[in-house]
Amino acid sequence: MASSSTPKYNSNSLENSSGKQTLKDGTNWEQNEEIPRLPGETRVTDKDVIYMCPFNGPVKGRVYITNYRLYLRSVENDPVVVLNVPLGVISRIEKMGGASSRGENSYGLDITCKDMRNLRFALKQEGHSRRDIFEVLTKYAFPQSHNLPFFAFVNEEKFSENGWMVYNPMSEYRRQGLPNERWRVTFINEHYGLCDTYPSLLVVPYNATDDDLKKVAAFRSRNRIPVLSWIHPETQAVIMRCSQPLVGMSGKRNKDDERYLDIIREANGQISKLTIYDARPNVNAVANKATGGGYEGEDAYPNAELFFLDIHNIHVMRESLKKLKDIVYPNVEESHWLSSLESTHWLEHIKLVLTGAIQVADKVSSGRSSVLVHCSDGWDRTAQLTSLAMLMLDSYYRTIEGFEVLVQKEWISFGHKFASRIGHGDKNHADADRSPIFLQFIDCVWQMSKQFPTAFEFNEQFLITILDHLYSCRFGTFLYNSEFLREKEKVTEKTLSLWSLINSEKSKYTNPFYSKELNRALYPVASMRHLELWVNYYIRWNPRIRQQQPNPVEQRYMELLALRDDYIRRLEELQITNNSKISNSSASSTSPSQMVSQVQTHF
Amino acid sequence: EIHVKEPIEKEVNPRLLPGELLLCEASTVYKYMQEDGLNRGTYGKLVCTNFKISFLDDDSASDDNEPQFKNKIVGENDVTLQCIDQIYGVYDEKKKLLTGQLRKYPEKLIIYCKDLRVFSFCLRYTKEEEVKRIVSGIVHHSQTPKLLKRLFLFSYASAAPNNTDGRNQTVMFETLEDWRDELERTKGNVKYKAVTTNEGYRVSEKLPLYFVVPICISEESILKYEGRGIPIWCWSCHNGAALLKMSAFPKEQDDSTSQMQKAFLDGIYKTISKPPYELLKMDDLSSSLPSLQDIQTAYTRFKQLFLIDNSTDFWATDVKWFSLLESTNWLEIIRRVLKKAIEVVECLEIQHTNVLLIEESATDLCCVISSLVQVMMDSYSRTKSGFQSLIQKEWVIGGHGFLDRCNHLHKSEKEEAPVFLLLLNCVWQLVQQYPPAFEFTETYLTVLSDSLYVPIFSTFFFNSQHQRDTNKSGESLKTQSGPFRFLTVWDWSVQFDPKALAFLNNPLYAEKPKPDRSQRKTARFKHQRQLSLPLTQAKPPTKRGFFREETDHLIKNILGKRIGKFINSSEEPPNSLREFYDSWHSKPVDYHGLLLPRIDGPEIKVWAQRYLRWIPEAQLHGGGTIATAAKILDLMEEVQSLQVKMDAEHSQAVSGGIHSVPMLRNSARLSSLFPFASLQRQSVKPALPTSTWKDLEDEDDLVKRDDEFVDLSGDML
Repeated sequence: MASSSTPKYNSNSLENSSGKQTLKDGTNWEQNEEIPRLPGETRVTDKDVIYMCPFNGPVKGRVYITNYRLYLRSVENDPVVVLNVPLGVISRIEKMGGASSRGENSYGLDITCKDMRNLRFALKQEGHSRRDIFEVLTKYAFPQSHNLPFFAFVNEEKFSENGWMVYNPMSEYRRQGLPNERWRVTFINEHYGLCDTYPSLLVVPYNATDDDLKKVAAFRSRNRIPVLSWIHPETQAVIMRCSQPLVGMSGKRNKDDERYLDIIREANGQISKLTIYDARPNVNAVANKATGGGYEGEDAYPNAELFFLDIHNIHVMRESLKKLKDIVYPNVEESHWLSSLESTHWLEHIKLVLTGAIQVADKVSSGRSSVLVHCSDGWDRTAQLTSLAMLMLDSYYRTIEGFEVLVQKEWISFGHKFASRIGHGDKNHADADRSPIFLQFIDCVWQMSKQFPTAFEFNEQFLITILDHLYSCRFGTFLYNSEFLREKEKVTEKTLSLWSLINSEKSKYTNPFYSKELNRALYPVASMRHLELWVNYYIRWNPRIRQQQPNPVEQRYMELLALRDDYIRRLEELQITNNSKISNSSASSTSPSQMVSQVQTHF
Repeated sequence: EIHVKEPIEKEVNPRLLPGELLLCEASTVYKYMQEDGLNRGTYGKLVCTNFKISFLDDDSASDDNEPQFKNKIVGENDVTLQCIDQIYGVYDEKKKLLTGQLRKYPEKLIIYCKDLRVFSFCLRYTKEEEVKRIVSGIVHHSQTPKLLKRLFLFSYASAAPNNTDGRNQTVMFETLEDWRDELERTKGNVKYKAVTTNEGYRVSEKLPLYFVVPICISEESILKYEGRGIPIWCWSCHNGAALLKMSAFPKEQDDSTSQMQKAFLDGIYKTISKPPYELLKMDDLSSSLPSLQDIQTAYTRFKQLFLIDNSTDFWATDVKWFSLLESTNWLEIIRRVLKKAIEVVECLEIQHTNVLLIEESATDLCCVISSLVQVMMDSYSRTKSGFQSLIQKEWVIGGHGFLDRCNHLHKSEKEEAPVFLLLLNCVWQLVQQYPPAFEFTETYLTVLSDSLYVPIFSTFFFNSQHQRDTNKSGESLKTQSGPFRFLTVWDWSVQFDPKALAFLNNPLYAEKPKPDRSQRKTARFKHQRQLSLPLTQAKPPTKRGFFREETDHLIKNILGKRIGKFINSSEEPPNSLREFYDSWHSKPVDYHGLLLPRIDGPEIKVWAQRYLRWIPEAQLHGGGTIATAAKILDLMEEVQSLQVKMDAEHSQAVSGGIHSVPMLRNSARLSSLFPFASLQRQSVKPALPTSTWKDLEDEDDLVKRDDEFVDLSGDML
């Protein structure tokens, strides 16, 4: 089936379809006619419930559960209330009230979602209605805990584009002008023998042998050696990524690692020092020595300059988002909105991440110095920094396909642990490994697109769609922790890519204001004066906050574009007729008053 | 330390307006560039005239790269005397406020402007004599009390050639005709009449020459208490309900007087509460809105956040930005004012009641609320001429004391309050929430706010129509013969060239489809939006909702403490307002219909263009709203040129190629500060925070944790 069957849940209008929706036949539901279903999606159960809508009060309805989604439709048709929730977004299902609970609607289920909302359903106390629905939900929301496959593996959708073809590491490196006389492609990790969380294809200094790499791997946490992420087309300075060195309490040194970093430094032909950005706060980097980690000391690396970027760990970020949810869901904190927002620290973290990325980008661009970025393992903060810096420096990544490549490369292939950070299909909601690192990255991208509204080919909907499918498990794109595991699970053969959905319907995700600009560095201003809460994402469930969709400015611009194209077409026609008229010199004049309405002018 | 270059001084002379006199000057003044926290700058001459202070450097002699958006009256390095907010002197690195007599002269001068610019001048290389003259001159002319007739307005009016046509579409409300037309336009003429009672200002000097009252109000009663206690008409809604305002009686009265006044008011209320008049609701704004003092305090704190001395300052305040912003209370005041306007709209629109706004003088918050209500309900007020007519009606002729509120004459700080700025800030919220609904842009509002301090227009330099009329005659000035002819600010061509004027017009404005040849006067505004609510089941009370507490407030006000006379409607459900608000927002917007602002916490924003426009650290190269605006303008121009081509084709002219080249504004090169600060900041160095927050005491345990606790020491070979 084509993407036209795409359910509406990734649009903002999920909570209440405003106004009246005429149902062809309201009694038809039992036949399942009105329930959107993807190919491969099967119905499991349905039940009468009361949806405890936090905005409009209790809503009587019927809930349908499939192997992919929870779908609710209200009994009342005016207005129709619809919920369309992929089970993948569910983080936790709790029973509320007991068999003896008194009070209206106090018995039921409370569902915590990963996308900033909670859903409450009240059920009848009779029978085993709750137990049944709880079991079904638990089973399909947490397939990994029940030995069931992700929905992505049974999804039978068809798309006109194949998203798995978007990223080809070799052609991406070629696009960057690699390999060249200083940088080579190595297949040392072809079978993930060197590092099981890295991709198979790596770019390393020409002057470092595979043997050198193996020795360096021994000194880097989880063998994540410094490899090239991006090369500046003019300065030839590079962005390298890796994990922390295994310095430990005793301050161990490793000659191979030291030499390797020196080779990297020399590779861009500059005599400047190599700049190392350790994403962590100084104290944390020091503390890591206790567990065998650490950072590059001055004695061991005299040709390197080390800076700490003070970005906090995954636990701090998780707490911050939790606080944010507290002030926006279900109600937006009224009395002291600004100080409440400040107390979540969410935007301060965004500011720090952006500040770090700006420093990386600026160093490579105007500082003409190669940089090495790491944190502890180099798959969270490091991915944020390298990908954001690349977004600032390389306009290719600001296109739809370029951004897909960026995510595919810096995040997916370099082993950001999506499975652990998101907890796909896993019931252990309190897992300390979960953290909104990727969401934070997308938020940073949104902040940039907000500051530079003409610099990105994609629109806000694109970013929201990515986040929705980060959780949905409808696509294989974000499943598993590494390329190694993805290959083992045959993800590209057995599942679809999110980019298939997006690239098949690109216009929906295109920013009409985009102006293509090559090679312009784009530095956002990491000031609170410009950073704002992404209301359209974090508060999208609240009908009171909802922004106008579609954006009126965008709409007006699109109208103008259409008008321009129309003029050009008509003008061409006119010229042809006029020309033929001149050659015939007999035709009667056309009536000019019949033409397109005059465009509104303000000059 | 400053790197001292040998100043090469060419003789540069200030460009003077007619009537402008050079008062004092100083050379070899060093002006700091506000950039990168570096001590860079230029040498030049600092002059003070009876209109402005002006810094003249070598560049100002040659106007090679004219900015696209240039004010013809006030240049980039000019500050009108009325625009100067505060002057600080720096003595041995210490800042001191300069007000009156000076004993010592500073080595550095920092001038904070009311339009948020900050100028820093180093006087170390200037001759002592000149320093004395310029510093005391500037302080004297800008910071000490002044006579009205000493305003530059008068010198300019007597010297300037009178070539302004003055005829624009703005209704000035100076004639009886204007008021009658407005009554007719709003269909208010059935129940309200324009009166001439105040001709010769025999009723009151505070009231305009002509105004509108309910037909049933007698001339006697208007005259009785100098117009106090009389409901004065502002505007009529399409359903006949009217918005009225009334100047209250002062509180301190002896018993018999206050009894008489009470009886008088009772009589008035009785008259206007019975048919054909709608039910009446009253709102005493002095108790239901923040006081002028609160507003002044809030704004003083708020603007301080944007008067940035240097980069360090910028980043230091950035760390706690949101709580700083909140502590000023300015955004909260904007929210409360918008909320109040929504309440009034609900009464007019849904409850079909007249609303009477009451205030001591009915010329401050009354103006804010009545203007906002009209902007929200009457799409004509969202056109440029409509908005200007509204400002004339409610503020200029309506008698808002601009002279005192802006403290133009430095007479009394007690009277100062940014009431008009409050209105512009509120309107801006609407403009940015509903861009297609307004014919003007935020840039228009910004330059309008700047015009408050340009004393060549009479618009914002009098307290009342009476004051203007009596000072117009010129009799007290011996040298002057004949009445002055003042300029109005609405003649924008005085300040801007046509090219710059384009930035004031909103290319996104969704112009109302014109069904017939109806004129403005007869064009009746109609609501297209369905206002009947889809009645959903009873809603749970929103605990944190501001509306609950507010509605209580509203009811209290309706009960009218002072008057003690209540006007029905205490039985209406308390959440009807919330329902009205929610219901309106759940439907698609009709840009020519009723417009309600969204007022939840995240929706009230800082007017970034006005407040951040001079701060280099805040600028986005190639970004900001101007990036999209420029693209839209380019496209508009392209479409227009295509239109011209089409017309040419129709007239059978054979033309060449089809694709015209639009005037590319090259949005990539524009800075978000455009069209204001034309900073020559060529470096594309990103701005980096110099102080960042690191404090997370309350989460100490989390901070110290590792991402994943794995002992790596075992991994080593």
